[in-house]
Amino acid sequence: MMLSAAALAHRELLKFWRDKARVAGFAAAPLLFWLVVSAGFNDFARFYSGSIALALMFSAVFSNMTLIDDRKEGFLAGVLVTPAPRAGIVLGKVVGAAALAWLQSLVFLLFLPLAGLKPGFFGVLACLGILAVIALLFTLVGFLCAWRMPSTQAFHGVVNMLLMPMWMLSGSLFRFGEAHPWMKTAMALNPMTYGISLLNESLGMEGVFSTLLSLSVLAVWTTGLFGIALFWVGRSDHATA
Amino acid sequence: MLLAVENVSHRYGDLIALNSFSMHMNRREIVGLLGPNGSGKSTLLRLLSTISKPQCGKVEVCGFDAAKHPQAVRARIGVVFQTQTLDKLLTIEENLLACGAFHGLSGRGLIDRVRQVMGQLGIAERRHELCKSLSGGLQRRAEIARALLHEPQMLILDEPTTGLDPVARDDFWLAIEGLRERRSTAIVVSTHLFEEAEKCDSLILLSSGVRVAEGTPEELKATIGGQVVELRARDPQAALESLQSQFDAQMRLIDGVIWVEAEQAHRMIPRLVDALPGEVLSIGFHQPTLGDVFRKMTSRERAAVSV
Repeated sequence: MMLSAAALAHRELLKFWRDKARVAGFAAAPLLFWLVVSAGFNDFARFYSGSIALALMFSAVFSNMTLIDDRKEGFLAGVLVTPAPRAGIVLGKVVGAAALAWLQSLVFLLFLPLAGLKPGFFGVLACLGILAVIALLFTLVGFLCAWRMPSTQAFHGVVNMLLMPMWMLSGSLFRFGEAHPWMKTAMALNPMTYGISLLNESLGMEGVFSTLLSLSVLAVWTTGLFGIALFWVGRSDHATA
Repeated sequence: MLLAVENVSHRYGDLIALNSFSMHMNRREIVGLLGPNGSGKSTLLRLLSTISKPQCGKVEVCGFDAAKHPQAVRARIGVVFQTQTLDKLLTIEENLLACGAFHGLSGRGLIDRVRQVMGQLGIAERRHELCKSLSGGLQRRAEIARALLHEPQMLILDEPTTGLDPVARDDFWLAIEGLRERRSTAIVVSTHLFEEAEKCDSLILLSSGVRVAEGTPEELKATIGGQVVELRARDPQAALESLQSQFDAQMRLIDGVIWVEAEQAHRMIPRLVDALPGEVLSIGFHQPTLGDVFRKMTSRERAAVSV
């Protein structure tokens, strides 16, 4: 299983390296957003976590767009007729794509001094770990969307409809404590809220939920989505060739 | 028995793609699947390659039930699809290395095997080129290399020469026949090129998900008695009716041409022309071809479609 997963993940990274232009934009837009909004509010720390999360979510989900091409162009069918374990296929594709998204989000860490945040060495380390978990979670979201989507255009539409509300209700824009009660319920259901809470905590700000609760919620979501992905890939009737 | 397909049926909604289809195959055999578009060829190959599960009936490869033990079947088959499955942004070698890993090969063994297969198919010198920059013929060869990496006992080829020029097509068939000689690989291939079908040991003719004929190319051609006379007339329908009332021979109208099976065509032709005074535009005859068998077997089908 690990062999197949490693081969697929390696392929993602190789392709990324050869097709750099594909992803250059993903970190740029959230960076611009962060700079403008932070300058406007004259508070560079407040929107920092939310902006990294924005960059990470979009690059994680969109790095699965290659799955649609893989399916259309037949690469996926070529993999599915080999004895590669289905778990290895999902794992390889997801880990590869998540690693790319994670690497792209690291650009933000260069701006830590500008944000006025001083998380220290272990804070940064924790932040890296949390970013990796969020990347994995959203790569799975993207994987599930891409698996069924007929075209990249449809994928764009659906994903935007899903990601924007998830981001807006995550505590990136406004604080959990100040929100209307029904808004709080919506936010509590959103896994991203827990990701933002953890990120804030690791960067030396205040987290809304306890570390343990946040980590558990993220773990349950990630495992659950991985299970669904595995089930779908197992019923491989959907792959064309 | 290498492959056993027993009473397999498969439908997509209301559309029946395969209807109670059976076939058997041994080692070293090359079996061709012939049939018009939508005849069920591709569905059958999807079932054989474990991409789809049969809804009804059983597919067994090397004694393994494809529905219950797909992994065991996948380890024993190599599949070349109609479409390209190699990643265009990777080189031939990178593609093959990845594919070998999917088959559980690794380390030195994997590298050696990839080199060996590339050598066999004459693509070793091009191994560092990206797949998108290769010609159609080379891409197909790389596809076969991919399908052969794990030394499969059965190769499944779905219209493998689509888009190839005649020279590349000949090369492809040389490689396939060489493989059968060297490794006794069984090969099942779908095609709509009669020239390719001639190279198969036996052929299965499919139409609307049902087998309409089966046999060696010679046997199939022998189902047409004698030769085939082709006659073009001013009013084909009227001419056909007139001929049918006068002659006791197999006749049908296919694409506006009257098609007559004649045991001795050179004697038949003058009589046919005499029977239709002033009506005949052209007439000729040829030895039966697989194309004739195909047209004969599927003509009822096509008549139904054109109505």
